[in-house]
Formats: sequence, C-alpha cells, structure tokens
Amino acid sequence: MKKIGLVAAATAISVSFASASISADTLSTVKKKGYLNCGVSTGLPGFSNPDDKGKWQGLDVDVCRAVAAATLGSEKKVKYIPLTAKERFTALQSGEIDILSRNTTWTLTRDVSLGLNFAGVNYYDGQGFMVSKSLGVKSAKELDGAAVCIQSGTTTELNLADYFRQHGMKYTPVVFDTSDQTVKGFEAGRCDVLTSDQSQLYALKIKLSKPNNAMVLPEIISKEPLGPVVKQGDDKWFNIVKWSLFAMVNAEELSLTSDNIDAKKKAKNPEVKRFVQSDGPIAKQLGLSQDWAYQVVKQVGNYGESFDRNVGKNSPLNIDRGVNALWSKGGFMYAPPMR
Amino acid sequence: MPENKHNLAAGNVSFWNDPAKRSLVFQAILFLAVFAVGYIIYQNTQHNLESRGITTGFEFLDAEAGFGIIQSLIPYDETHSYGTTFIVGLLNTILVSALGVFFATILGFLIGVARLSHNWLIARVAAVYIEIFRNIPLLLQIFFWYFAVLRLLPGPRQSLEFADIAFLNVRGVYLPSPVLGEGFGWVLAALVLALIAIFFIKRWAKRRQNETGDQFPVFWASLGVLIGLPFIVFLLSGASLQWEIPELKGFNFRGGLTIIPELSALLIALTIYTAAFIAEIVRSGIESISKGQTEAARALGVSPGKTLQLVIIPQAMRVIIPPLTSQYLNLIKNSSLATAIGYPDLVSVFAGTTLNQTGQAIEVISMTMAVYLTLSLLVSLFMNWYNKRMALVER
Repeated sequence: MKKIGLVAAATAISVSFASASISADTLSTVKKKGYLNCGVSTGLPGFSNPDDKGKWQGLDVDVCRAVAAATLGSEKKVKYIPLTAKERFTALQSGEIDILSRNTTWTLTRDVSLGLNFAGVNYYDGQGFMVSKSLGVKSAKELDGAAVCIQSGTTTELNLADYFRQHGMKYTPVVFDTSDQTVKGFEAGRCDVLTSDQSQLYALKIKLSKPNNAMVLPEIISKEPLGPVVKQGDDKWFNIVKWSLFAMVNAEELSLTSDNIDAKKKAKNPEVKRFVQSDGPIAKQLGLSQDWAYQVVKQVGNYGESFDRNVGKNSPLNIDRGVNALWSKGGFMYAPPMR
Repeated sequence: MPENKHNLAAGNVSFWNDPAKRSLVFQAILFLAVFAVGYIIYQNTQHNLESRGITTGFEFLDAEAGFGIIQSLIPYDETHSYGTTFIVGLLNTILVSALGVFFATILGFLIGVARLSHNWLIARVAAVYIEIFRNIPLLLQIFFWYFAVLRLLPGPRQSLEFADIAFLNVRGVYLPSPVLGEGFGWVLAALVLALIAIFFIKRWAKRRQNETGDQFPVFWASLGVLIGLPFIVFLLSGASLQWEIPELKGFNFRGGLTIIPELSALLIALTIYTAAFIAEIVRSGIESISKGQTEAARALGVSPGKTLQLVIIPQAMRVIIPPLTSQYLNLIKNSSLATAIGYPDLVSVFAGTTLNQTGQAIEVISMTMAVYLTLSLLVSLFMNWYNKRMALVER
C-alpha cells in the first residue's frame, strides 16, 4: 500500500544518487554490518513465517540462515524483512535487502529486465486451485465464470489469465495485496476459488478456520521454480548465495547432517573431506572462511533436513518430497559438484 | 524628475550594488543550478539503471498486460496493453473520487446544517457523527466496511432479492441494466432540448420577476420539462428500452449491472469520512455570517428556508469554498487506499500490478504521481474559479 510507494521512491532516490553502491560488493557490506538483510514473505507457513516466539522459520528462511552461516559464521545474524509480492523486487534493486528469499518464481522477464539474478531453485512448484468442497467442483475445467481470489503482482496472476483464455472460460479476478487477505476473501465467500502455487495452497489451507471444507484441485497449470534472488552486477555475492544453496543439496547427497557432520570431519571419503574442510584456494576465492560449508550444514542442516522440518513429514504441511527429492531418488534436486 | 534622478543614480552605482541587476544575476544562477541538479539526477539515474541491467523507457506500455482487472469502464481484457491498464486504473480512480466528492458534499452539507439545527436531538446526532467519523483513521473505516460489514452478506445462492430484478450478496449488488433499442437517440435529443428549454425558462422568469415582481415556480417547471419531454418522446418513439435482468448462472449472477463490494466499501468509507470534515466546514461557514443577516431577512418576511438558501448560504460559501477544496483534494488522494481492499484504482492496478510485472518502478511511479498532481491541480483550478465567482462583489 503506502509501503510500495515508499520503497519505489527510495529506489528512485537511491538509484539516482548511490552510484557508488554498484561497485561496493555486498559481501564486505554485509561483513561490515555484521548481519544479513533478508527479504522474506509477510507470512507463509513452511516457507517463511514467524513462529509463536516471533522467530522466522521455513524453507526460504533456511536459505538466509545458510548464507549467514557461510559469510558471517552464524546463522543467527540475519535481519528478516517481510515484503509483499509487489514490494520484493524494488526492495532488492534498491539495496534494502541483500537476498530475496521469498517463494519467487524464476521467469525470463524477471531474469533479464529487472537487474536481478536467480541463484538457483530451492523448491519446484506449480500453480493450482483450491475450492470449497460444497461447490461440488472436481476439476479446474469446470470453473467457467468463477470469481478467483489471487495475490497481486505474481506470476500466478498471469498464468491464471492464460489458463482461462486457453480453455475459453471467463473469470472474475479479486486481487489482494497479501496472502492473508486472499485467504480472508476466500473464507468470506468473496470468491469461489483461491489460486496460488500448490505449496502455498497447502500452507494457506491450514490457515483456514475449517481446513477440511476446502480441497485442492488436481490440475497444475504452470511451472514455478522458486528460489533465492540477488542483485545483478555482483558476481562474488551471486556465487556465495548459489553455493550456499548447493552446499545444502550436496550435503544431503553425501548424507551429511547437522548431527553427524562433526563425526564425519575425519572421514576418509575425499568428497566429504573436501566438503567439511574445503582446503585450497577455493574458499578464499569465494571470499569465505575455510569451514563455510561445514558451518552451513552444522547450523542449518542439509536440504532434506530443511525440507522435512519445514514443509515435509515433520511439519504440519506434510508435503511429499515429490519432484523436490534428490536427482538420485527420482526428483529434480541436483547440485553441481563441489570440487 | 524622479526618472532622471534614477538614471543618474544608476550610472553611479556599481554593477553589484544595483539591486535590480543583482537579483537578476542571482535568479539566473539559481535557475542554472536547479537545471544542472535536475540534469545530473537524470543522467545519473539513466547510467545506474543501465549498469544494473534494469530496462528503462516507456516501451513497456505497448506490451500485453496478461492479467485481468475486476472492474473497467472501458473494454479491457488480458490481451490489452499495460498502457490500457493505466487508463483503466485512472478511470476507476476518477470514478470513485467523483462519486465520493458528490456524495460527501451532499452528506456534509446536510450534517453541517443539521449540526446547527434548533432541534436538540438532530444537532446532537450530527455532532456525534462528526466526532466519531472524523477521529477514526480512514484505513480502519475502509477495513470496517469491507471486512466487517459487507462480508456479513449472504453468498450468491442465498442472495437478498428485491422484486426479482435486483440482488445483493457478498459479491456485490446486481442491478438490471438498460439495453438501448433503436430510436433511443431521440430521447437523448429530447433531454438536451429540455436542458436548453430550462435555461431559457430561468432567464425569462428572472426578467419577469425584475419587471413585474411576480415569481415563477422555476424549479417545478424545470423538473416537469426535464422529465416530461423525454418521457413523451420515449413513448412516441415506441418505448424502445429494455432491461437486462441479472440471472443466477453457474457460480454467480450474470448479465445486468454489477457494483463490486470493493467499490461500495471504499465509496462508503470515503464519503462518510470526508463528510464529517465538510460538515464542520459548513458549520463554521454558516456561523461566520452575522446573526443580523438572519434577523433582517426574517424582518422582511422571508421564510426560514429561503433565508438559508438566498441569504446565509451564498455568503457562507465564501468562507466554505477554500477549505472545501482541500477536502476534495484529500478525498482524491485518499482514494489510493483502495489497494488495501483490492479495488482496482490507479495505485492498485498500475503502481501495483503493472509495476510488479514490468519492474519499471521509476516510469510507473512518476506517471502515477503526475496523475495525482494533475487531478489535484484541475480540481484546485476549478474551485478557485468558482470561488472567484462566488466572491462578494463590492460596490
């Protein structure tokens, strides 16, 4: 609302005057500050949501924690900045945040025209529909003429229009600023359907006062690769974020967990050895300390741990690993080797 | 001979000590400085945007928008351009602002006059209204009307019905919409004709009153002409008007005219909030007129209603108009709170969704700011013109 104007004005001003910040690299700024500014959602269970003590938790939050552990040696040195879908890119462009880790879909337009770089994918998602059971709808193809609640400024908004156009159906878009308002609108009956990424639908469903009255339709109408984003023009920082994420995935592959990594420190397996004590010039070229990857896994855990804890089997969302399983287990999760 | 003296003096004074020349130089320097700063900001922005790989320029306005908008006054669908979303948002902003100004003025005047009523109860109710709505933040009021009040309405299938032609539910108000048949143009022509006739009736009545002192019931005659003439033509041209009645089909009503709840909530909140301020302005305006004016009018045998209409209000208007203008400007700017409840105004559609889909923050925000500036200046200009017309002509 008002914030978007502020953020945009701030961009305009900072872009106008701060020509210096383009050359200043993010890593040294972060080190000087002593903490990391991480842009997250305004509250999405499983991905980024404050718990009852106000501590941020979730799959996206774990990326922030991993980068903080790698760069500053402590996963706690993060300042979380909640952003709506509309505010997120401006906040990153203007340097208000160092990383955007907020269920953001990687698309061509965003990659090439916003001055941003996508540092990988930490969740493969797709857009779906949630309806109330009383409607008696079994498929998205029966939704002709429905009112659809949707969050503004998302790829979801565009996919929805495409889908209805493609199937010759009409819809009424009811657009809200935050996912919270979207759920409220859906509950109050302002719309028949709530559309969002499937993972979000499950997360939003448990926010409903009567979760069992709603159901998620089987259709998935888009590809939504979600991942952390950094500002363009700082390759060093780009590499750090990218490899913090890869470290988590590689750790799962090597069966390194936050519990066993201390024990594996003396392991003979050269891959594990490289991981735990990345000797040689590589850490220096990344601009990090020797044990950066160890710190990531020790403090945050590997990707599988993070998944199970936040959205998977150990969480209320209980989402199946599905395509987010490791490549060796039939999923898409694949990280380049650390050597 | 002062002129000569001045020339002489000017000849003796050095360049820097001549106030006229000096101020000219300073103005020129200031102008250049402002221009230079502006130019540097522009250049720097361009350079930085480029080096950060952020696309600039206004080409995005021609690209396909690809998202839907719930309410548009012009034909719009997903295939239209971002430029069209700008127009759609702009018109929606103007719609809610114009309706808001209209209703807030009427309600504000009524409450302002009621506040001064001799009836104790009416005056107290007006006072309570003003104190309550003036002191609660507008955003909360918008949320209240949208989330608390309108949300209590039933779903589409349990709609409240009015004579089977109008329906009210949580998705909005559904009204029959007129379908204009052939020959309806004649009715519109008759309407224009009626307006012209009224203009002449008014002139004639005024002249006759000046000459003979007889009054003519201008208001009732005008009303008769305004309704009667088009109606007769309407019947003569074959009553070519039909109504499309909304029908429950599938998920919701289709056909007819829909007023979305987002518009209703925003309009109600803006009207009620601004009316409270306008009421106070009207009250202070009326109170600024000396009591002797009322007494003099009454002594002449003018009725209380006419006194208010012909003596008090015209004089009070001079006090009322300037602050009233500020309230109108506030209302227009406050309409941007629409994004909070998803009414598709300019800020929500253009500075929100379009900005986010294109990432052209600087272009989009400057266009949006330019719109509000232009709207405000136009209102201000009009009100200043009106103020001049209403100003007391001193003789």
